Amino acid sequence: MNRFLQVAWLVVWKDLRVEARSKEMLFTTLFFAISIVLVFSFGFVRAGQAVEGAAAGILWIAMAFSGTLALGRAFERERYHDALRGLLLAPVDRPAIYLGKLVGLLLLLSLVETVVAVLVAFLFGVPFFRHGWWLFLMLSLGTVGFASVGTLFSAMLVRTRSRTVLLPVLLYPVTIPVLIMGVSGTTALVQAEPDLAMARLWISLLFFFDTVFLTLALWTFEPVMTE
Amino acid sequence: MHRRLFPVLSGLSLCFFLVAPVLIVGAPYESTMGLVQKIFYFHFPAWMAMFLAIFILGISSGVYLFRRKPAADRLAVAAAELAVVFGLMGLITGPLWGIKAWGVWWQWDARLTMAVVLELILVAYLLLRQYGGAGSDRLAAGLGLFAMANVPFLYISTEIWRTVHPRTSVVPTLPVDFGVPLWWSLVGFIVLCLALLSLRCRLEEQRAMLDQLYLAVEEE
Repeated sequence: MNRFLQVAWLVVWKDLRVEARSKEMLFTTLFFAISIVLVFSFGFVRAGQAVEGAAAGILWIAMAFSGTLALGRAFERERYHDALRGLLLAPVDRPAIYLGKLVGLLLLLSLVETVVAVLVAFLFGVPFFRHGWWLFLMLSLGTVGFASVGTLFSAMLVRTRSRTVLLPVLLYPVTIPVLIMGVSGTTALVQAEPDLAMARLWISLLFFFDTVFLTLALWTFEPVMTE
Repeated sequence: MHRRLFPVLSGLSLCFFLVAPVLIVGAPYESTMGLVQKIFYFHFPAWMAMFLAIFILGISSGVYLFRRKPAADRLAVAAAELAVVFGLMGLITGPLWGIKAWGVWWQWDARLTMAVVLELILVAYLLLRQYGGAGSDRLAAGLGLFAMANVPFLYISTEIWRTVHPRTSVVPTLPVDFGVPLWWSLVGFIVLCLALLSLRCRLEEQRAMLDQLYLAVEEE
């Protein structure tokens, strides 16, 4: 177990170092997420006022879209100089590699989401931070659910010809439940009278989904990636 | 897949489907829904046939992923296509019921949304098989497992949330007059699903054989 975590950490560290040198993924994903929020602002503003209840949806859609961009990029990088083959040839547990990639992505996405959440709260005047910890928990669980499936699919598709098209095609149908739960839970938190019981129900469901998806992904990563 | 399986199964399902209309016409009128209630004799069996197809898809995907048996992969493709067809049947008959019961074609409630999501996953599976290119069979097997993992959520969705869709517990508590035609059509649909599955599997087998023959000719 110790060695498993060590390998996962090494993969995270490698990804962070690559990212720290280029900052490519962080900046492109962040910029994309901000543009999505702005695009939605134009779509959901009537007579200078934001449509009520749109903010939760905008936050989560921005997370999903920018997450897809980051997921595609994270494994695209591994294709240069056949780095993926090197990674897979290493005499370590394959699921540890998966976990490493997943954690790297989660760190990146959490940075992006923090900025997006502040931006949405500012632009649409929603009290996201009234129950800040709840929102934090919900966003974290939602991102884990989304990224755990996404990391697996993105890794699976890395050798496929039409990967850029197929990633969203496969990813969204599978992760729609996570988005539904996230949006519903966030709406329960930010409405005029917060419904904490409802938020708790959605959080526990998100946790349930995360457990199923993460287990399935860890279990299938090895056979799926074997050539 | 055995050659004689299809004629036997299709003959059997034909028997079921010939008798089913008689039983359905003979069943009593339901007081609130009237004639529209009869959709139920197609709607529920279609979803059950879809669930069967998805479980076959999921299990054969798992077998293919961990045991590398090509036959399991062929079974998975066949099952996925059938799941899409039966799911479409459920998605078409559902709104026909909905317009009478709720006054609208569609409601965004938990059960209906999850049903659409499951159908989308299966269509994505077929798209991956079609456009994924070489090596997509293993990726598709992974997706097949995820599709199966979604079924329990769909099934319990009416129990967790208060939805407009009738609850799952309706079916076992049906009176005998309604129950007999329902179970009859259910068996008919399941046999039809298995018949089509055997036919589709044989097609995949023949394709695989043809590919092997092409390879053998090229090597010579």
